[in-house]
Amino acid sequence: MSTYTSTLGGHSYRFGSLARLLAAASPERSGDRLAGLAAASAQERVAARWALADVPLTAFLAEPVIPYDTDDVTRLILDTHDTGAFAAVAGLSVGGFREWLLAADSGELAAVAPGLTPEMVAAVSKLMGNADLVAVARKVRVVTAFRSTIGLPGRLATRLQPNHPTDDPAGVAAALLDGLLLGSGDAVIGINPATDSPKAVRDLLELLDGVIQRYAIPTQSCVLSHVTTSMDLMAAGAPVDLVFQSIAGTQAANASFGVTLGLLDEAYEAAKGLGRGTVGSNVMYFETGQGSALSADAHHGVDQQTVEARAYAVARRYDPLLVNTVVGFIGPEYLYDGRQILRAALEDHFCGKVLGLPMGLDICYTNHADADDDDIATMLTMLGVAGASFVICTPGGDDIMLNYQSASYHDALYLREVLGLRPAPEFETWLASIGLLGEGGEIRDVSGTAHPLTAIGRELVA
Amino acid sequence: MTLSHVASVERELWLPLRRHTQARIGLGRAGSGLPTHHRLELQAAHAAARDAVHSPFEPDVVAAALRGEPTVRVRSAAPDRLTYLQRPDLGRRLDPADRAHLPVGEWDVVFVVADGLSSRAVHEHGAAMVRATTALLPTAWQVAPVVLAEQARVALGDDVASAMGAAMVVVFVGERPGMSAADSLGAYLTYRPKPGVTTDADRNCLSNIRPPLGMAYETAAGKLAGLMGRARELGATGVALKDDSDAQMLASDPA
Repeated sequence: MSTYTSTLGGHSYRFGSLARLLAAASPERSGDRLAGLAAASAQERVAARWALADVPLTAFLAEPVIPYDTDDVTRLILDTHDTGAFAAVAGLSVGGFREWLLAADSGELAAVAPGLTPEMVAAVSKLMGNADLVAVARKVRVVTAFRSTIGLPGRLATRLQPNHPTDDPAGVAAALLDGLLLGSGDAVIGINPATDSPKAVRDLLELLDGVIQRYAIPTQSCVLSHVTTSMDLMAAGAPVDLVFQSIAGTQAANASFGVTLGLLDEAYEAAKGLGRGTVGSNVMYFETGQGSALSADAHHGVDQQTVEARAYAVARRYDPLLVNTVVGFIGPEYLYDGRQILRAALEDHFCGKVLGLPMGLDICYTNHADADDDDIATMLTMLGVAGASFVICTPGGDDIMLNYQSASYHDALYLREVLGLRPAPEFETWLASIGLLGEGGEIRDVSGTAHPLTAIGRELVA
Repeated sequence: MTLSHVASVERELWLPLRRHTQARIGLGRAGSGLPTHHRLELQAAHAAARDAVHSPFEPDVVAAALRGEPTVRVRSAAPDRLTYLQRPDLGRRLDPADRAHLPVGEWDVVFVVADGLSSRAVHEHGAAMVRATTALLPTAWQVAPVVLAEQARVALGDDVASAMGAAMVVVFVGERPGMSAADSLGAYLTYRPKPGVTTDADRNCLSNIRPPLGMAYETAAGKLAGLMGRARELGATGVALKDDSDAQMLASDPA
């Protein structure tokens, strides 16, 4: 392993490996401190960044942060590296790469993506300010489609999340109606079920599929269960639109989720074979989030943001419709407060986009983190400017099943209003067809009227 | 649209639907935003959750409610709340000075009342659960003094039981507060825990103890005492402890 040194303020600093250097250069966060990987002082952190700025991008191909022989994510990253695409930046250092990214146009960014590894992108993010992360991510457009098209310029899609602590169909349908009336659901109508029981998951899939078909809604459903549950349900003929899985950036962390690349390969082939998309064939939905590898004791001494970026290499293999980081979900031992959560949200979005993924976010926090609804508003605004493909929305921003706070349907209305963003085009046309779109393209306030969609609710009550 | 019209839609559509879910549905709009009273209601719920996390643990409150049962007070290795929230590893270990004060004995069980992420939950339900559970144990069982633990996570119970020589430990701990439940208590049962070796898969868990909305004391104590009896017969808890009780769960994400 190489060593890296730099001198700052009369002190000399030495970093024993690329992984140590990346960790020390990372912005302050509680998870890296918990893992014993954080810089010991503010000056050491900046010294690490000086050293990192001089590291050639090719060093990341020569020195994997987790050994090739012991980790299948490392093998995936190196075996699929596109040297042709990499040529445009192959002569650059990490510092030079930052400047290249800031100056590049959308076409250059799209062309270089297959030549970049997660570690290169994580490294350059550590040299970037929040504004840099916004400016570069905004230029990257990743367009995917199933029954709606996600990621077009000037558009913001939303996941409608009608969770219920006991998966009660009436409770789910009531929350579904609430979200639809607020113009939400073009990215996906996605439920986190209370159990992973195949029967419960199938019941929810059929409920969502019934509503989507009956009202001809150009969107897709997902009941977020383990990939093996989805595979069994597909084989049994259940109406599975998207296959979901939580993924992480190391083989061992993925094993803690009960998945392997081989299993994901199988699920991907099965879902593609169903042919349920109408305007596109992206069939996978992945969730990620900083801290999961540390939580599974599977981080191999790599800082939490670099490991998170490696999860995007896993996602990239499956050409997904949607990827989102659940940014503040795990708790303050990984991201302590609103400031750390915002920084992580911008890093995750930037890294995912630059690697070529349709990145969205669950902008969220738990109640033991030092954050509140103003932090949600700040994050939403910055991620909207950064061109996030979609955000997750819950009724009133309060998820009663997972006991955490997320963005609300109202928050998404706010973001579309202030930034002039519109829903996915197919969904927008549908909204107009059922009278939910105003003359200026805004979502009409129908809370005081008996809108036709309320039949969903009236049938429940009857 | 008139206000009375809005009120009638509220009455006809949303009020009946809210019977099916606690989700904050049908909130209405002011432009793109929330009506003022809904915004303030959300803030009130968040404030209750935040205060539950940061309210200091008051062992005296629990000791008084235990009405004369012997108690011992300990702290974890986390010196303050800020450190506790960022360093779960410290919250799982006893302060070395306190370990020496724990009474060693042939204890069949030790109850630990730990603040976890909601001291409010512990103040309201901790002593009642210790009393209700103890009442259901065979009289021959040696029950250790109740340990009241500050800045403590579930696995602190492993350190306590190991230091005292107790055969099993029940940790009553304040759960992570949601906005609709800031006072929820969890109970974690572990047989012969070994600090640093025992994992969450070795525990059995009951959660959402918070009468009247959550699980009642008598129900929780009955399930727990049943599990304890079977744990003793089997010499194990966690995945090894099969139970026919519907509420028995394996610990998945303890505080």
